Amino acid sequence: MDDLRSIAEINTTADGDFGPLVKVRKFVLHVEDVLHEFGPPVSRPQRKGYIAAVTHNPYAGRYVEDLMPLMAALKPLGKAMAQRLIEALGGSGNIVAYGKSAIVGLRGELEHAALWHEPGGYGMRELIKPSKAIVPSTKKVTSAGRPVDVPLAHVNAAYVRSHFDCIECSIADAPRDDEIVWIQAMATAPRIYDRAGGLKDSDVKGEDGLK
Amino acid sequence: MKAKIRKTQVIVETTHSDIGRPANPPVRKAAAIAVIENPFAGKYVDDLGELMDIGEELGGLLGGMCVEALGIEPNQAQSYGKAAIVGENGEWEHAAAILHPKLGAPLRKAVEKGAALVPSVKKLGGQGARIDIPLGHKDAAFVRSHFDGMEVGLADAPRANEILVAVAVTDSGRPFPRVGGLKTSEIKGEDGLR
Repeated sequence: MDDLRSIAEINTTADGDFGPLVKVRKFVLHVEDVLHEFGPPVSRPQRKGYIAAVTHNPYAGRYVEDLMPLMAALKPLGKAMAQRLIEALGGSGNIVAYGKSAIVGLRGELEHAALWHEPGGYGMRELIKPSKAIVPSTKKVTSAGRPVDVPLAHVNAAYVRSHFDCIECSIADAPRDDEIVWIQAMATAPRIYDRAGGLKDSDVKGEDGLK
Repeated sequence: MKAKIRKTQVIVETTHSDIGRPANPPVRKAAAIAVIENPFAGKYVDDLGELMDIGEELGGLLGGMCVEALGIEPNQAQSYGKAAIVGENGEWEHAAAILHPKLGAPLRKAVEKGAALVPSVKKLGGQGARIDIPLGHKDAAFVRSHFDGMEVGLADAPRANEILVAVAVTDSGRPFPRVGGLKTSEIKGEDGLR
């Protein structure tokens, strides 16, 4: 494993430095506006996007039992990323759906992606109020350039059918084998031609995060 | 059957070890895929009822195929998820019509109970497109050890007038869960969350 970079040798700028365990190599911000899909003119264009942070994986190449230090260290990153994505989508009041994912480079472990559940989710939920619903997620271990599908769901009631959605994220040069890509995604509107029925946004009670 | 199926595929992925460490017992994920004709390809049709009925058929069929491939009893299933890729002559909403209104009930029957939401993703894609099926515990959405994903796809699907529909079922969580959160031993299984 001596070909692995040591995180102590990674240098990054101040806004990418989140302490000894979290060094960001790049941020990727993606925003798309869905205007039509070969049907009627859309009453409410949908803006959705994701933010990704590529960081060094301090646990690459070996099995490390205690992963909690990295989970704690990711908290400020989760909040900083959410802030940037919310700004790109026009403010927290516009956000109606969210999701998160992580891609671990090939020298890492699937479990490293699971570290994102708390910091990735709470980063968004601290800034989007109210946000009672679970943040849906996917994870995988793979190589640079391969995509991941980030699920999206309503921020207050997981069963709102119009807001089940998805956005694909890929970064040509990440994750390198000793890196992890952390992703948050948000949308400002439901699917543009929502007509699959089910619980409506207007009927949400917003008590239990489900309905 | 309303669904016109061109092909199906079942995959069982067994992880025996990871990062040099044995998984005892191995963890297993199954996915079943059906490639169907899209009855609404190339046109905007307001009423998507036919696709909803097809979703109902596929929920039972694909859920059953997963359980059978794992060789387990339905109540031994632990997590599940669903996904669809619509071929390029179709519409994003076609995936929603298949996945959301009716697919869940027969899938839940196939895995017994299923108090929790069935996590999902959807996309448009060409032949060879792949999709990450999200996985969550079937009776308690907050069980952290079972949040996972499974990537699937077929080299020759979906053609432009087709939809690829996928369901995943596991008999286990991630191989070495150690990020805290709600444990399977703590599940109440009442509200679908805890």
